[in-house]
Amino acid sequence: MTVLTAVLAQAPAVPADVVGTGEAVTFWVLGPLALAAALAMVLSRSAVHSALWLVLTMLCLGALYMVQQAPFLGFVQIIVYTGAIMMLFLFVLMLVGRDSSDSVVEVLRGQRVAGLLAGVGFAALLVGAVGRSLTDVAPAGLLAQNTTGGGNVANIGRSLFTDYLFPFELTSALLITAAVGGMVLAFSNHERVTRSTQRERVQARIRGERMSPLPGPGVFATANSVATPALLPDGTVARESLSDIIESTTRESLDADVLSVSGGGQSDHEAAYALRAPEAPADESGDPASRPAGEDDSQR
Amino acid sequence: MSPTYYLLLSALLFSIGAVGVLVRRNAVVVFMCIELMLNAVNLTLVTFARINGTLDGQIMAFFVMVVAAAEVVVGLAIIMSIFKTRRSASVDDANLLKY
Repeated sequence: MTVLTAVLAQAPAVPADVVGTGEAVTFWVLGPLALAAALAMVLSRSAVHSALWLVLTMLCLGALYMVQQAPFLGFVQIIVYTGAIMMLFLFVLMLVGRDSSDSVVEVLRGQRVAGLLAGVGFAALLVGAVGRSLTDVAPAGLLAQNTTGGGNVANIGRSLFTDYLFPFELTSALLITAAVGGMVLAFSNHERVTRSTQRERVQARIRGERMSPLPGPGVFATANSVATPALLPDGTVARESLSDIIESTTRESLDADVLSVSGGGQSDHEAAYALRAPEAPADESGDPASRPAGEDDSQR
Repeated sequence: MSPTYYLLLSALLFSIGAVGVLVRRNAVVVFMCIELMLNAVNLTLVTFARINGTLDGQIMAFFVMVVAAAEVVVGLAIIMSIFKTRRSASVDDANLLKY
């Protein structure tokens, strides 16, 4: 208890926060940069450029958070916003079509001008009110919170799990709901294919022309291509063994095969012998002296 | 310089985001402008946390970030499903809830 009273007695003694020169320089560099990037985001025609300008704005804001004694929020801003959310935006832009630019047709006449005027008026009102009412405010500063008790992150975590425990649990429910909702919305509107039941398929097969499955392609000693037709027991070609695609695309190249397999013309075996026949005498009659000596030795 | 300038910057960013929501037609860009407005409010919260000397504003900004992440997921999924059915990402085309 004495420690607590000592801390409480010390609390007013903590010096008020002052904006140093380094922070002022950072603000005057990053603040106009964030403003310019935000303007460029609204004004750029391409949606991808808008996303990249928004990334710049968010990076500047993250740096400003860190300057303003919120290092945890600064890193979360950079990691979550620019790292995750903006990349999700870019993914959706690539899916939706990045060249889907704005339509220039005005559905409501004068809506853009009115919106612009309303925005300017709103900004003037806000800047005037805030600037007049908060001109000479002395910030209390977060020096005590960021130096004692484990620092900024530990203090945020402590009050997140004590004072803000119920809202924190509610965010878990929110995140689960959002994840499920995202999946349902993104995947639900596939075309509804009417899947036939097993009974319907059995009935269709029995009432159809053919009860057995279609024959597969033929596998012979000379060819096992999927384009080789199977043979029926009487030696004729089973036309059903070829897929329609193969038959329609390579009909010309297949005709000779069909002819040879079905008995007409030269058979594959004869063709193989005919290919080999001129080669064998040439091999035997080849002059051994004409071969290179090294190759001859290595072969034997 | 006092922290008031952060509030002014935040006000300007919020106004730019609001103008973007009103002016732009592409649904994804409108969504990005909403994100910009949320960021401006976050900057306000962080500045007020500093002015008041408590961490509550930062925790509130953290909750805003969580809600923004959830909102982005659902919103982008809605935009994608609208694009699938209407082949357009313009907010003018989504004038009917069905078809």
